[in-house]
Amino acid sequence: MTITISRRDFLKVSTTAAGALALEFCFPVAAARAAPASEVTEVNAWIVIHPDDRVVIRIARSEMGQGTFTALAQLVAEELDCDWAKVSAEFASPNEHIRRNRIWGSMSTGGSMGVRSSQDYVRKAGASAREMLVAAAAGRWQVPPAECFADTGVITHKPTGRKLRYGEVAGEAARLAPPNDVKLRDPKDWRIAGKSMHRLDIPDKVLGKPVFGVDVALPGMLHASIAQCPVFGGKVKKVDATDATAMRGVKKVVREEDFVAVIADSWWRADQALQKLDIEWDEAGNGRIGNEQITAMLREGLDVASLPRARNIGNVETAFAEAAQVVEAEYSSPYLNHATMEPMTCTAWLKPEGFLEVWTSTQNGEASMAEAAAASGLPLEKIEVHKMMLGGGFGRRGGPQDFVRQGVLIARAMPGVPVKLMWSREEDMQHGFYRPASIVRMKAGLDQQGRLVAMQTKIACPSILKVLMPKMLRDDGIDFTAVRTLSDMPYAITHQRVEYAARNGHVPVGFWRAPGQQNGFYRECFIDELAHIAGQDPVAYRLGMLDVGDKNRLVLEAVAKAAKWGTPLPKGIHRGVAVVDGFGSYAAAVAEVSVSAVGEPKVRRIVVAIDSGYVVNPDTCRAQAESNVIYGLGPVLYQDINIRNGRVVESNFRNFRLPEISEMPKVETVLVPTGGFWGGHGEPAILPLAPAICNAIFVATGKRVRSLPLKYHDLRNA
Amino acid sequence: MMNLNVNGSMHQVDVEPEMPLLWVLRDHLGLLGAKYGCGISTCGACTVLVDGEAVRACGVRAAEMAGKRIVTIEGLSKDGLHRVQQAWIDHEVPQCGYCQTGLIMSVTALLARNPNPTDAEIDRSITNLCRCGTYQRVRTAIHALAKAG
Repeated sequence: MTITISRRDFLKVSTTAAGALALEFCFPVAAARAAPASEVTEVNAWIVIHPDDRVVIRIARSEMGQGTFTALAQLVAEELDCDWAKVSAEFASPNEHIRRNRIWGSMSTGGSMGVRSSQDYVRKAGASAREMLVAAAAGRWQVPPAECFADTGVITHKPTGRKLRYGEVAGEAARLAPPNDVKLRDPKDWRIAGKSMHRLDIPDKVLGKPVFGVDVALPGMLHASIAQCPVFGGKVKKVDATDATAMRGVKKVVREEDFVAVIADSWWRADQALQKLDIEWDEAGNGRIGNEQITAMLREGLDVASLPRARNIGNVETAFAEAAQVVEAEYSSPYLNHATMEPMTCTAWLKPEGFLEVWTSTQNGEASMAEAAAASGLPLEKIEVHKMMLGGGFGRRGGPQDFVRQGVLIARAMPGVPVKLMWSREEDMQHGFYRPASIVRMKAGLDQQGRLVAMQTKIACPSILKVLMPKMLRDDGIDFTAVRTLSDMPYAITHQRVEYAARNGHVPVGFWRAPGQQNGFYRECFIDELAHIAGQDPVAYRLGMLDVGDKNRLVLEAVAKAAKWGTPLPKGIHRGVAVVDGFGSYAAAVAEVSVSAVGEPKVRRIVVAIDSGYVVNPDTCRAQAESNVIYGLGPVLYQDINIRNGRVVESNFRNFRLPEISEMPKVETVLVPTGGFWGGHGEPAILPLAPAICNAIFVATGKRVRSLPLKYHDLRNA
Repeated sequence: MMNLNVNGSMHQVDVEPEMPLLWVLRDHLGLLGAKYGCGISTCGACTVLVDGEAVRACGVRAAEMAGKRIVTIEGLSKDGLHRVQQAWIDHEVPQCGYCQTGLIMSVTALLARNPNPTDAEIDRSITNLCRCGTYQRVRTAIHALAKAG
């Protein structure tokens, strides 16, 4: 490797007392001198090395509990070959990201993409920095780099045994050109990645450190509570703020087109005053829409004779005509809210010098920047978004940045003063971007042996992409999040057709953990119906339709083995199974369920098998499976969002229940990574959960559940 | 003006008597460990200790706190980590972490009155809501703490 001065920007990084990073750009690097040994050095955009060998790894994706903050750091550290005990992580600055030509790639955190879509470039960043550090040491010794090697943060010159620490040569390394090509480690040789390293974010979280968006505290900061039109799409018509304005601590009432907010010296005072506002809303003609109208809208879609086809193989008409038996069923599921524990929040500070600072819990720092720019009219260069830890995300904080827009508009009413907006739980429950409600009609043709030869599905479901990412819609209007799992079935079925009716209505829909996951419920319960009709074991029936080598087959076999499928269970406990791939991974689940004499279901145990190709942190992956089980259990048992008079009926955890510890089934996660691909972990385990539970309920009660949640079903044994 | 004993020191606060303790802690005393989650004493993200008992801070008024000893997550341990916090790290309990300070306070109160709770007792006492689903690890950590004594 030749040692040359790189043309990259060279950054001096110093840490302020508050712990925030102050960045100072230097002259173009050709003119830069070697950094003094006392300085902190950015070796490349991802890696900062302190003179005492502490390594700070920059993370572009958000942390909402899924563990990406640690997993990405592990991948960088693995290739960097530093001492993991000296590693910490920080979020990359969205402002700097823009100024440095999007140097950190995507900041979007969703679709279980955090690790799998950035693993290649973050590992290369680690490997590249390691080679630069080795070259810098070699340069110091005036020896060929090939005679040197790095191990755990120390570079050794093999022939002489001389050693230099990363912290001693980082300054010189930073001024070298990055190598053109680096070789990544074979995952079987991993020492830091692939291991259950303790998560980097946990110590601060158990100490109660102010790491979340709602914890922002700034000098002179004020607080805001917000009221949005309870009817979606509505606007503010009239506000009488006389009583509110007179209340203690109230500084200002802010009226915008679609919301009213109160700014006060504490959040409680702001919220108390908000309750005293007399607001008249223009309901935009949506004030009479309820569940009934929404169901009718979806049914109208199902009744359309010719719909866009997401899949069409063979000839379903002929196949149904020739089938020995035709089975039909209608399935449905309701709207659901994300209900993150931390409500939507955004702190904004419009500074006198025309710079806007924003602190928020976001799944996409870059999208927050764009929203802040649109709301403030400032160019991106004049905005910084500080990414805070998220008190849950699950998709709510990824696409829509409504809370950022509001936070900035509110702060604009108080120039020079930082204002922290936090939604009340009620606002959060009633102003979400909900998991779409949907109805599907499924039709199957079986041959004499009960084999599935033809399957047709009509899906009526609001389109998430139409609301949030219209450019990603197919030309014929197909939204892949609405048809997945049905349009890409792994089962060998000769004749298949999947049709899609996009019917959106006025309720905003969004990405809710594993968007499209309801199709797993529909498909895998329907397949289970067919297995029972065919008189076959549900595992065997599915295996009979999965090609040898299909990883769906592998996880199904793995879960059956781990759950001891086919062996006797204690009296009253019954099993159900499902397998669904998605988000880059393959997941299968076996649920063990009992139903009491009064018809109360109890999910006792869930065994999940996942093949994600590679596993960066096994313990975090198991935690994600546990998380998917509890997140998915609420909608199976009792969660739903109902619409009446154009608005959401549910208002808080009293009527949108979250499962408690007493309802947590024993979760056993079997990781079966087969290598060769990178799958996600944030979402896959939710995919087979609902169908596995409902299939077990069928065995327990003889009742086929075709709509959720279970609270509406009489599960008493007839 | 009101005097509150928080984490072993007296604090004078100028708040309405009906202001919930949570907001006195968060916005007037700058103690941000207790979180707002529901405002109706359901989720437990705001749990603190009041005279050793786990209390939903959003559901008690400041005026009721006179003469009581309030402990928040910030005051749980005078020297580093409380054993419950250590167990939380050892068992990798938190995910997003938002509800965890409340959970840690609830578990601290439970173990103080019942050092070796059964699963049924855990189910009855720990009613904090966690959206990420850390419950399995919460249970494991409680049993490990009980075993360690």
